[in-house]
Amino acid sequence: MSELNIKYDNDALLLDDVDYRIIHATQKGLPRTPQPYHFIASELELDAGDVMQRIQRMQDIGVIRRIGAVPNHYALGFHGNGMTVWDVPDEYAHDVGAQVGALDFVSHCYLRPRHLPDWPYNLFAMVHGRDRDEVNAKMENISELLGSQCRGHSVLYSSRILKKTGLRITERR
Amino acid sequence: MDNLDRLIINTLQDGFPICDNPYAVVAQDIGTNENELIQRIDSLLDEGLLSRFGPMFNADKMGGAFTLCAMTVPKEHFEQIANYVNSFDEVAHNYEREHTLNMWFVVGTEKPEQIDAVLDSIQSHTGLVVHNMPKQEEFFIKLKFNV
Repeated sequence: MSELNIKYDNDALLLDDVDYRIIHATQKGLPRTPQPYHFIASELELDAGDVMQRIQRMQDIGVIRRIGAVPNHYALGFHGNGMTVWDVPDEYAHDVGAQVGALDFVSHCYLRPRHLPDWPYNLFAMVHGRDRDEVNAKMENISELLGSQCRGHSVLYSSRILKKTGLRITERR
Repeated sequence: MDNLDRLIINTLQDGFPICDNPYAVVAQDIGTNENELIQRIDSLLDEGLLSRFGPMFNADKMGGAFTLCAMTVPKEHFEQIANYVNSFDEVAHNYEREHTLNMWFVVGTEKPEQIDAVLDSIQSHTGLVVHNMPKQEEFFIKLKFNV
């Protein structure tokens, strides 16, 4: 797996070097051992209480979204994964986005700029289902939910993964 | 995959405690024991049913810049252009999609101004327009697949 050399300015951040060492030590996953935070602490020669406090703080400020499992939806039988896209008038976009993002079959939901005339859509929502029929049905549910707050929509299916290395944060030098 | 596996997958999408013995805490909540839980998570990862278990970092809270880009690439040059786009370390994901805009990729850089340099290179090398679609707002509730 290739690694992106992402390094960050000290002053841009609320994080210090110790936080980055913890990020680096956990970005491939949490150790599966009864005391995972103690395990990380001993690897980094830190105090376990300090490690837990820092992880808690990073979670509180949103640097860590949450700790948990990422299911491989394809392996779990969700073979339909469609990028649904919506043209929502700007004045409704925030509220509509929150509404769509809260649906349990929507994983990622974003507002992005339109590129007229090629691309009229400003709301993106990844919809997952067992197959494309299920995704299309869920898209129709969203469409009904939005009613006149939506001027148009479409769904894009991926036909091929051309690259998937993911983003990796390297330890700062 | 049995019911305990399903319960584990569903439960672990809601978060994980930060405490001395977090596996023991979760195990008790779902009616199993610490060792069994740890072994199950290991197996789910090995079998690829879970792609990851651990902290999910929000990279753009750490100062990096990320954007989604889309291009209309002529079929006859598709492979060649895909290889060129993928040759950038800054390109993290790239998907072929069924649309006029048929190539969609994510660019991530250390600093925001480096995004433009990557996109400029791609535009000048390919002669194609790269539509830059950085996220303006994110609605992230949770990833939740009930299995």
